[in-house]
Amino acid sequence: MTHSSILIWPVLLPLFLGTVMFLIRGRSVLLLSLAAAVGTALTSFNVCRIVHQSSTLIHEVGGWGAPLGIVLRADGLTAVMLGLSGLVGLVISVYSLTYFKSNSRKEHLFWPIWLLLWGGLNGLFISGDIFNLYVTLELVSLGAIPLIALAGTRNAIKASLRYLLLALLGSMSYLFGVGLLYMRFGVLDLVMLGNVITPDFTAYVALALMIGGLIIKAALFPMHFWLPPAHSSAPAPVSAALSGLVVTASFYAIARLWFYAFPALELAKLSQLIGLLGCGAILWGGWQAIRQERLKTLVAYSTVSQIGYLFLVFPLCNTAVEGSGIAWSGCILFAVSHAIAKACAFLAAGVFIKVYGHDSISKLRGAGRQLPMVTLAFALAGVSLMGLPPSGGFFGKWMLLKAAFVTGQWGYGVVMVCGGLLAFCYIFRVLEQFMTAPDENAPKVKAPAVMTYSVLLLAVAAVSLGFFTPVLLSVLGVDSPVSLVSFAPEALLP
Amino acid sequence: MNAWLPVLIPATSLIAALIIFFIKEENRGLRTFVNLTLASLKVLLVAFLVVGVSQNKDYRFTLALFYGFELVLHADALSLLFVGLSALLWLVTTIYAIGYLDVSQEHDKRRFFGFFSLCVSATTSIALAGNLFTFLVFYELLTIATYPLVAHRGGPDAIKAGRVYLLYTLGGGALLLVAIVWLKSIVGAANFATGGMLIPFVVSHQTELTIIFTMLIVGFGVKAALVPLHGWLPVAMVAPAPVSALLHAVAVVNAGAFGIIRIVYDVYGPDVCTQLGVRPWLAAAAAFTIIYGSVRALRQDDFKRRLAYSTVSQLSYIILGTAIIGPLATIGGLVHLFHQGIMKITMFFVAGNLAEELHIKKVSQMNGIGRRMPITMAAFSIAACAMIGIPPMAGFISKWHLGLGAIVAGQEWVVVVLLGSTILNAAYFLPIVYRAWFKEPDVAFDPPPNGRKLEIHPYLLIPPLFTALCVIAAGIFAGMPFSPLEWTKLITLKEYGP
Repeated sequence: MTHSSILIWPVLLPLFLGTVMFLIRGRSVLLLSLAAAVGTALTSFNVCRIVHQSSTLIHEVGGWGAPLGIVLRADGLTAVMLGLSGLVGLVISVYSLTYFKSNSRKEHLFWPIWLLLWGGLNGLFISGDIFNLYVTLELVSLGAIPLIALAGTRNAIKASLRYLLLALLGSMSYLFGVGLLYMRFGVLDLVMLGNVITPDFTAYVALALMIGGLIIKAALFPMHFWLPPAHSSAPAPVSAALSGLVVTASFYAIARLWFYAFPALELAKLSQLIGLLGCGAILWGGWQAIRQERLKTLVAYSTVSQIGYLFLVFPLCNTAVEGSGIAWSGCILFAVSHAIAKACAFLAAGVFIKVYGHDSISKLRGAGRQLPMVTLAFALAGVSLMGLPPSGGFFGKWMLLKAAFVTGQWGYGVVMVCGGLLAFCYIFRVLEQFMTAPDENAPKVKAPAVMTYSVLLLAVAAVSLGFFTPVLLSVLGVDSPVSLVSFAPEALLP
Repeated sequence: MNAWLPVLIPATSLIAALIIFFIKEENRGLRTFVNLTLASLKVLLVAFLVVGVSQNKDYRFTLALFYGFELVLHADALSLLFVGLSALLWLVTTIYAIGYLDVSQEHDKRRFFGFFSLCVSATTSIALAGNLFTFLVFYELLTIATYPLVAHRGGPDAIKAGRVYLLYTLGGGALLLVAIVWLKSIVGAANFATGGMLIPFVVSHQTELTIIFTMLIVGFGVKAALVPLHGWLPVAMVAPAPVSALLHAVAVVNAGAFGIIRIVYDVYGPDVCTQLGVRPWLAAAAAFTIIYGSVRALRQDDFKRRLAYSTVSQLSYIILGTAIIGPLATIGGLVHLFHQGIMKITMFFVAGNLAEELHIKKVSQMNGIGRRMPITMAAFSIAACAMIGIPPMAGFISKWHLGLGAIVAGQEWVVVVLLGSTILNAAYFLPIVYRAWFKEPDVAFDPPPNGRKLEIHPYLLIPPLFTALCVIAAGIFAGMPFSPLEWTKLITLKEYGP
């Protein structure tokens, strides 16, 4: 038995403990949930570490290899994603310890479903074949939908039902594509599929179905309309998980298919189409974010905008052009940075809701003096979303911009910069309110310390991510699909 | 040690910022202690560095972020000019700000001093940046860290000032980002180098390089307040006096001017700039800004607005100096970076004192003010005379070299601009001096409260006095070693080399 069995723990642990959580009540809920969160995060980090030290981990479940059995695979990309879900998941969990009322019905429902969702996400990241990808995608959706409804408001239930329908549509479309590919090529394993796939009609139809289905789930413009209501009406920790991790996971699935399963296909035109949609997302999402009245819808539209940047990797990362591999590293860096910053922004919004009972931007006047640390955290997350140094968002955007210049696709560069300017507008719209002097007789308020400092931790992580770029890229470089010749691994470590 | 010193200097202010954010609002004593200790430590470290660099020691810190992207902090003679200015003025402004925030009973002192230190940390890093990438990183950081200071008071006009400030500077920053990425995609990784690094690319990329140059100048021109990009500067006047000092003397506008200096001398290089034919345009823009700023200053009754337009005008002396070819003009431009800083900060301290002690904010209210606040107004008079360029003070040294440089370079029209600007300077500064000393007060001024002997709180009195003395010293002792003038001669010697 090799050490590759460590791969299953980030999935098995939350799934198992989540099931246990259904059964227990009382004080032990908090203890066990904390243990589950720490355990899941540590096992995820462990995989990350091992992959970085050795190389891609491959685990054949039950000893049965592909094409018959299930193969779990963790390469550099998986490791980065696991590290991300470990960090963000852990902070969300710690935050949730005080967010939900102790021993309330919501708390009892939240923990098992959240652990299920987390386990599903980790499963998605380590899936080695397209069918398991489907199963874990469904698991994630099934976790996300009840969590949105957990808010209990009319809006939340409406939004979660809409999300349910669209997620199912997406999954069905994806599954149909999987069926076609299996029928035509007889394999499900991602790597094997990449080797045997030929550019014929079936392959293109399957590609369209799969990518199309996933685009709905990733909320790429113009299929983004379900996202703002769903993400803004959910409880804050759930919003953080959805915007931070779930959307990123859907994008991950697309990138996985694109660069691993379909490299043999002629994708140039499709990549331009996706790039255009990405541009639409950046501009439309940013514009809508400026116009929102509520903090959480603003942050949700910001997600729509930022997701657009990720999709620019498809037109920008053109393997024929030397140096465009930088788009791939830029995109993943951007995804990680966005996930952390966005989770932080939602968690900060949650603190405001908890303290003031609302998140109407115009009524948050003077919050900067009353809740300085949370405001600081939101501002730092904002710095990352705007793509200012030294955040990961800055370096990610820089690399994408550079790829736009290297490949001569200037238009994307212009859109990226405009998206950044829109982000300035919507972030500072909020910060201006925070900076405004509060009314003289405003009541004194206080936020729970656990929530405040967990938000601040994520904020610091988002802003200082730029300094960890070498580490992140050297992990990402393990069995990278894109030739990363544009950076030499030995030059990466400080 | 040689690698760590350039990191240590920005780090002193960064550490100050981080500590201050976690000191309780009420704990004034500890905050003051941290502020002053670290600011003094910084001045000492800079002094150490100055001595080292003058002995030709190399101080360089490099952190590889990813391939082709290095954070480089490198102490050369040029960067030390700016570092020295900001370190010295940080200490002075901190002392002033401690007094000012106490007297005016501002809120959120923790936030104020935290971001104040962060600004200075960013500024020193800008000064020490060894390549454009590092420069941009800290330049943007400076923009963000300044916002909470500009909007500090939280009133509607402060919020509006903050918004205008951001619109200008972040727009400029976005332009810089594009220009720098573009430039890097042509030349690859490259550090600042005396004489520039673009000589191999001039012929093949002439058009691109010209466009990039324009974008860079416009991007930096926002902070350097080149007309018509200066609009934010007069609006930002609503900020507290120490912030105005920071904007006008310690950090922000200097960062913009410094960026242009770096572009012209160490990225493009004087020769390439001449080849591309961009220097006359830059000189024309600077000359126009000099005259325009002065003319606008004439008509301002609001004291701080008048000073702001004066800054617009004075900064372009620096840019003019870089735009004219030849060592003498370079000396004049560079030394003005330092001189403008100490002269302008004196004036803003004075403006702050008048507003705090007597609530005087307009020039028309200043009749006879010299009798009530003699030391403050004496400091102002010194700075004003220096600005006009009366020998032997700081401003004269700059103008002298600029004019001489222009004549040597065969550009006599610059002398006309300088003369015109001098007359205008006199026209908007001398009436203030005249009113203060020679006119009868319109109303009786409030006497100092509670039997205080001094005209104002000592923390508010010592800084302008000190900087005013610096203004005189920079002129009188211009020939001594380590004076700003001698230091810029050292820089220029390296730039034009044997």
